[in-house]
Amino acid sequence: MPTTEKLKKIATQVRRDIVRMVHAVNSGHPGGSLGCTDYLVALYFEVMKHNPDFSMDGKNEDLFFLSNGHISPVFYSVLARSGYFPVKELATFRKLNSRLQGHPTTHEGLPGVRMASGSLGQGLSVALGAALTKKLNGDDSLVYSLHGDGELQEGQIWEAAMYAAHNKVDNIISTIDVNGQQIDGSTDQVLSLGNLRAKWEAFGWEVLDAYGNNIDEIVKTLQYAKTQTGKGKPVVILMKTEMGAGVDFMMGSHKWHGVAPNDEQLATALAQLEETSGYNYLGDY
Amino acid sequence: MKKYTYTEKKDTRSGFGAGLLEAGQKNPNVVALCADLIGSLKMDAFKKEFPERFFQVGIAEANMIGLAAGMTIGGKIPFTGTFANFSTGRVYDQIRQSVAYSDKNVKICASHAGLTLGEDGATHQILEDIGMMKMLPGMTVINPCDFNQTKAATLAIADHHGPVYLRFGRPTVPNFTPADQKFEIGKAVMLNEGKDVTIIATGHLVWPAIEAGEMLAEMGIDAEIINIHTIKPLDAEAVLTSVAKTRCVVTCEEHNRLGGLGDSVAQLLSQQMPTAQEFVAVNDSFGESGTPDQLMAKYGLNKESIVTAVQKVLARK
Repeated sequence: MPTTEKLKKIATQVRRDIVRMVHAVNSGHPGGSLGCTDYLVALYFEVMKHNPDFSMDGKNEDLFFLSNGHISPVFYSVLARSGYFPVKELATFRKLNSRLQGHPTTHEGLPGVRMASGSLGQGLSVALGAALTKKLNGDDSLVYSLHGDGELQEGQIWEAAMYAAHNKVDNIISTIDVNGQQIDGSTDQVLSLGNLRAKWEAFGWEVLDAYGNNIDEIVKTLQYAKTQTGKGKPVVILMKTEMGAGVDFMMGSHKWHGVAPNDEQLATALAQLEETSGYNYLGDY
Repeated sequence: MKKYTYTEKKDTRSGFGAGLLEAGQKNPNVVALCADLIGSLKMDAFKKEFPERFFQVGIAEANMIGLAAGMTIGGKIPFTGTFANFSTGRVYDQIRQSVAYSDKNVKICASHAGLTLGEDGATHQILEDIGMMKMLPGMTVINPCDFNQTKAATLAIADHHGPVYLRFGRPTVPNFTPADQKFEIGKAVMLNEGKDVTIIATGHLVWPAIEAGEMLAEMGIDAEIINIHTIKPLDAEAVLTSVAKTRCVVTCEEHNRLGGLGDSVAQLLSQQMPTAQEFVAVNDSFGESGTPDQLMAKYGLNKESIVTAVQKVLARK
């Protein structure tokens, strides 16, 4: 099966997981999860060199840090379907005694998670720290991180951005999910982000653009980003996405940031996302 | 009363600097980060000997904590250095999520704690840090009393896996702990055995507690003096054994009485051995500018305050 077709099928199945997971517990964040599905599928199934036989230290493999931890449904689904833990464990999402906490954590020992996130703005610093250790260890694999655009309103992001450029941390590829939405409305309404390209360039980063809901394009951008590492500058991808991508009634609004679908809405969503059990080990959990 | 002597007064922060250098020499995974206070934290020697393992982060403490958390992934043992206020209150959520909840092996090393920072005043004189740090699950909280103990503590935490808050300070204080005394995390140090009252002191209040013990001895009061350098985990056995004998206790710390060592001792005793207790601590207020000695006197943190507290608790026994 050609790569693109394979990745699309996986992405569709991940989207099915997301809507089912949040529906099951009537909580969680489907909007950003659906928007970042193609990116995470591209990363875990095509771009990153990583080992599902998880070790916290992750030596000689690429590392990913999810800074906007509220999109845990997509992260958990992609980890499970990459082989980090059983897919059926997705059914425990947000339930008592689960390793799949509302926001990702290392505390319950879920394989694939290397830091807790949820309180926004912290992940870039942590990812940079891991990148520094890779350099100290002579480990030439890369560090990836994902951040929400609303998250850029946190000051710590810019502390980290300044640090990375000053210290030429060039083994990191950070991605910003530019969906223009946050809990209380659009980012333009709440606290406008201005010219993000100009901001990141001014902070000394190599800035790339991508449309994040075209899996071909995001794979190509990530592969190109890899060629831009090791050149003395950190790399950031401004990835335009559609919140709720793949489910028509969840798209184009901030309203599905943190709301779960009801029974009827779940059925509608699943009808739009054809099950891909025909491919490999996929299929609903 | 056992006699304690010292040959010189030294600052605890220099004990940290010396310990950090030695930890770096012993273990190549030890790295250090500093937020624009290299001289104040006495990190110069480490930086000079291990430039590639030293990270100047600028005035950006939140980023420093996150970097340190990330650096543990791949096996480094990061020591962060800045003032106690900026090591805790300013970055509480970063420590909570990226270090404590994420189970990261980060050593948060904090100088200029408490009133003895002196003239800079209350913006910098944090008196709440022990409380904040001890409330975090899994966090070890250590407040050593002199140069030698701080150096030994710094070496001990490098070998301990897990997040640690190490608190020390700016002024020079008598350096009386034997240089070869083993530092055991969570184990109290018995300074003087006595039968009338238990004095439990931490950090800069340990030497005044010894001086108070001498004053009390002249008054015919036989004080048991215990140095608790590890506030969490608390050495419950040492406290209970002593209090079972003396039936009253005075706790001494350069910290708010809310949330500090005294709180931990009171909680332990209330459950296991209800006992009269007096607190030599700052009474829920901010500090102010002044010399360290002036401040310690004004806020009731000197040997005279300890003697008064002992007399008070003896009357309640």
